[in-house]
Amino acid sequence: MTTFRMPSLGSDMEDGTLVEWLKAPGDEVARGEIIAVVETQKGAIEIECFEVGTFDHALVETGRKVPVGTPLAVIRAPGEEGTAAAEPPPAPHPPEPMAAPAEPAAPEPTAPEPEPAPELAPAPQPAPTSQPATATGTGSLRISPAARRRAEEAGLDPAVFAGAASPVHLADVEARLAGGAQSSTAQPGDAGAGSALSEMRKAIAAAMTRSKREIPHYYLAHDIDLTGLNDRLATANAGRAPGDRLLPGAVYLHALAAVLKKFPEFNGHFVDGAFRPSDAVNAGMAIRLRGGGLVAPAILGAEALDLDAIMAALRDLVSRARTGRFRASEFAAATITLTSLGDRGVDAMTGVITPPQVAIVGLGTPRQRPWVRDDAVVPRTVATLTLAADHRVSDGHRGALFLNALADRITSTEIP
Amino acid sequence: MTPIETAIAEELRKIAPDIDAAEIDHAADLRDECDIDSMDFLNLVTALGQRYGLEMPEADYPQMRSFGNLAAYIAARAS
Repeated sequence: MTTFRMPSLGSDMEDGTLVEWLKAPGDEVARGEIIAVVETQKGAIEIECFEVGTFDHALVETGRKVPVGTPLAVIRAPGEEGTAAAEPPPAPHPPEPMAAPAEPAAPEPTAPEPEPAPELAPAPQPAPTSQPATATGTGSLRISPAARRRAEEAGLDPAVFAGAASPVHLADVEARLAGGAQSSTAQPGDAGAGSALSEMRKAIAAAMTRSKREIPHYYLAHDIDLTGLNDRLATANAGRAPGDRLLPGAVYLHALAAVLKKFPEFNGHFVDGAFRPSDAVNAGMAIRLRGGGLVAPAILGAEALDLDAIMAALRDLVSRARTGRFRASEFAAATITLTSLGDRGVDAMTGVITPPQVAIVGLGTPRQRPWVRDDAVVPRTVATLTLAADHRVSDGHRGALFLNALADRITSTEIP
Repeated sequence: MTPIETAIAEELRKIAPDIDAAEIDHAADLRDECDIDSMDFLNLVTALGQRYGLEMPEADYPQMRSFGNLAAYIAARAS
């Protein structure tokens, strides 16, 4: 028997809300399989299990917000006897000021514990209004993350779906909203959208404040001529079906991963007063979220991927950022971040490093600018490449070499 | 809405779940209207290309500028 716990997805995460179980008692669990979905400050995250065995029973019901480290479920090793039938339903623990009403089978939150109590104290609650949905009795409600988010945005209390026979999907929320059947507890324009955003803002605020407090940044910028690369991309894409087309962002990321091999002082984590370079390039991609905020999930082991594989990974991350979910492993592991402002942004950005990383590379919006080429001023598609790096680990000279190498690599990339 | 417009709205919904298809100005720039980036647009084109068996080359992107343009582009080519 092993317990499956609420994982930490970064130093700024204190707790998470269990949104959905993807396994039921008796289901087989494979290593790396996604068994639960947790709502965090970074949005809905899929949680992988790293045990092999059988899902025995859940210790926390959906809708509950629990601190990092709290046991969530019991996983039975292969061959072990089941206990699910023998044990009473789990009582909610540890008690919280915001605790959801317990299930009928466990009327008292203080009922004797069948399991050893977790050693962890409850995390401090950020604000009494931070999780209206979980505070109002959605304990056993099954609702998809998209549906929950939509409901919160609209100020609709998910508790109105309590007692639903099947999981609540986005369409159900839409139908409810379309019918104008707003919960009487919802107040237009308040807690819903406000709280979802403020959780994200809190996460960003915590990481960025720590960054500006602890990391002595230095900043470099370099203009690069992307005309040739864009022409090669257009030629290659003309012969590719939409599903196989490449975007410049994939080229930037591919080039970054390749160049970092020679510049290890920009790829890794600064922890406990020491820099730990990483062999793998786990490239975090800053992706804005609809409705506000941003996330930077990582493409793991980017140095081993070719351009097409990076493009596929990038596509997958962006589409999941829009409607779906990220996996826990994509958050904890980023060793450097790339942010591309896309084709409708501005010229340049001065990055803020995400701790414990030590560098962030930015690529501004490419646009036509006057450029000197063969002794003549000509219009070329130019973009500004920037680097913010940690002065505890590297100096401007190495930063400049790194940025120049990256510029060369990007502009000389051949497209298959 | 025509079946093609309904299909576009369905695919847009996967990219921009917060957008109400009924509210989209069919003449406005789709990317501005729905605040979608180049990756979102590529995913939209990929989904529609698969649905209708169309190549939808990059060179034709200017003909897919608005919701209305995109629907007309597909209608003229889909069998």
